[in-house]
Amino acid sequence: MARVVVDVMLKPDILDPQGKAVHGALPRLGFQGVVAVRQGKRFELEIDGEVSDQRLAEIDEIAGTLLSNPVIEDYTVSVQP
Amino acid sequence: MKIGVVTFPGSLDDADARRASEIAGAETVPMWHGDHDLAGVDAVVLPGGFSYGDYLRCGAIARFAPVMAEVVAAAERGMPVLGICNGFQILCESHLLPGALMRNEHQRFVCRDQRVRIENASTAWTSAYDAGQHVTFVLKSGEGGYVADVSTLDRLEGDGRVVARYLEVNPNGSLRDIAGISNERGNVVGLMPHPEHAVDELCGPGTDGLGFFISVMKHVANGSVAR
Repeated sequence: MARVVVDVMLKPDILDPQGKAVHGALPRLGFQGVVAVRQGKRFELEIDGEVSDQRLAEIDEIAGTLLSNPVIEDYTVSVQP
Repeated sequence: MKIGVVTFPGSLDDADARRASEIAGAETVPMWHGDHDLAGVDAVVLPGGFSYGDYLRCGAIARFAPVMAEVVAAAERGMPVLGICNGFQILCESHLLPGALMRNEHQRFVCRDQRVRIENASTAWTSAYDAGQHVTFVLKSGEGGYVADVSTLDRLEGDGRVVARYLEVNPNGSLRDIAGISNERGNVVGLMPHPEHAVDELCGPGTDGLGFFISVMKHVANGSVAR
């Protein structure tokens, strides 16, 4: 078994109201010095067997078609050791 | 004239969309997300609601429902398709319309009678209106902020594909006050406010919404539809 992680983040130029709300809550809790918060999604995919190049290409397709919306989001794929 | 209304798991406004179509004089055909054909309908409405619980992203999973393969193919042939609210989100996720709908800028769900201006009265769904006409629909959404990159927004504006714009207040942070857009051909329209909730004086803010359903009937009667 292998684990592949797909991280999905809003593109930098897209306003993130959720991240902004989280950022706004920090000073109220007494935490200072956080300049900005962006909120994203993390997907952990459990893979049967080895993560071959072909497998990785498929996961890239999964990330680009279902897990993220390329209009508003970027993603990164990483294989966990 | 048959209007098909698709029900996804989690759709809310399918019954209202059928009722609005019927008040306008159309025959309606209930359709299911798992259907593999469109049962000979002349137009399709993707209704509002929370398809698949809005999991992942609004409309992201509905886009891959079996019926959507048929809807996308028919839309590309010119069949009128209207996506309202969650239906608009599904149309964007399906890439039938550009851009995306984001969480409301102020983070709150909005439920209000919303004034909008019909900007383009030549689409399959808006010909019963006059360009520039002010109407009142119902807006009820948490993720209704329309976003697209600047070049897409400029192209939409330049080609007259902004179908409706919010008036008085921008309720959700939509770029350029956009409430609805169309594809190039004008047969596919996505709209965040609900015209189907404004078809009856008794239980809505008037009957301004009927125009969408009357427009599409006129469009189909004129024979400009490829099934």
